[in-house]
Amino acid sequence: MDVKYVNPVLDSIVNVLSMMAQMKPEAGKPRIKDGSEALGVVTGMIDFKGSGVAVSTAISFSKPVALEITKRMMHTDPQEVDEMVQDLVGEISNMMAGGAKGTLEGQGYSLDLTLPSVFTGDPHEIKHTVSGPVILLPFTTEAGDFFVELVSAEETAQIQQSG
Amino acid sequence: MAEILAVDDSRAILSMISQILQNAGHTVHAMPSGAEALEFARSQAVDLVLSDVNMPEMSGISLVAKLRRLPEYTTIPVLMVTTETADYKKQKSKTMGANGWVQKPFTEESLLAATDKMLNK
Repeated sequence: MDVKYVNPVLDSIVNVLSMMAQMKPEAGKPRIKDGSEALGVVTGMIDFKGSGVAVSTAISFSKPVALEITKRMMHTDPQEVDEMVQDLVGEISNMMAGGAKGTLEGQGYSLDLTLPSVFTGDPHEIKHTVSGPVILLPFTTEAGDFFVELVSAEETAQIQQSG
Repeated sequence: MAEILAVDDSRAILSMISQILQNAGHTVHAMPSGAEALEFARSQAVDLVLSDVNMPEMSGISLVAKLRRLPEYTTIPVLMVTTETADYKKQKSKTMGANGWVQKPFTEESLLAATDKMLNK
């Protein structure tokens, strides 16, 4: 399990949710995920690629967490995972990947983000665009659980590290 | 108080930015795409533009370049609001005519501080 991308993503999602939703997620122990079924009911996916590396990320929220984040950020009180909730989940995945990308760029990588995609359903599948073991980062919040997934693939010879 | 054109393909972020700016007393013209923002800009000038960078069809950087060709928008301040951290993209947006940068995620305070700074220029 290549964990060099784990901390930038972990730090980024904690930063996004604390800054924009005043939520303090607590990270559980990372593990390898079996199967492709999402552990939440709404999932945002986004990739970052470049410098010989491709990383597929997904963030999957349980319904209570998705609704609570929307309530705090939008000052609305959604009861279902509607279009606004889905849109917000996509934007959270965008900000999570953007923050991780910034950290990695500080280490010499040059990366580009794809546009986020959102999937819903109970259950639904998460189909990563990168092949490999799926690293699962479980989080708990005062509203419930959410899960971040990462899959990375490298072409080592093309990595351009600074310094 | 100011007239502000806000552009973001995320309805949620656009709504959030609009709420923050409206609560501060500004009038916000919220547009979900670069094309709609450009169409609006052809008919009305504003005091400030806030635009996302990574949008489908027309990026925020392309939007800024097109806005700068409109006579009423040659000197109107433009702030880019984005997750983008790459220096080359910041430099490119400046070259195209952007005046500043607001990093996502942002707080209400950081967004208002950046807009106030631009409006008081």
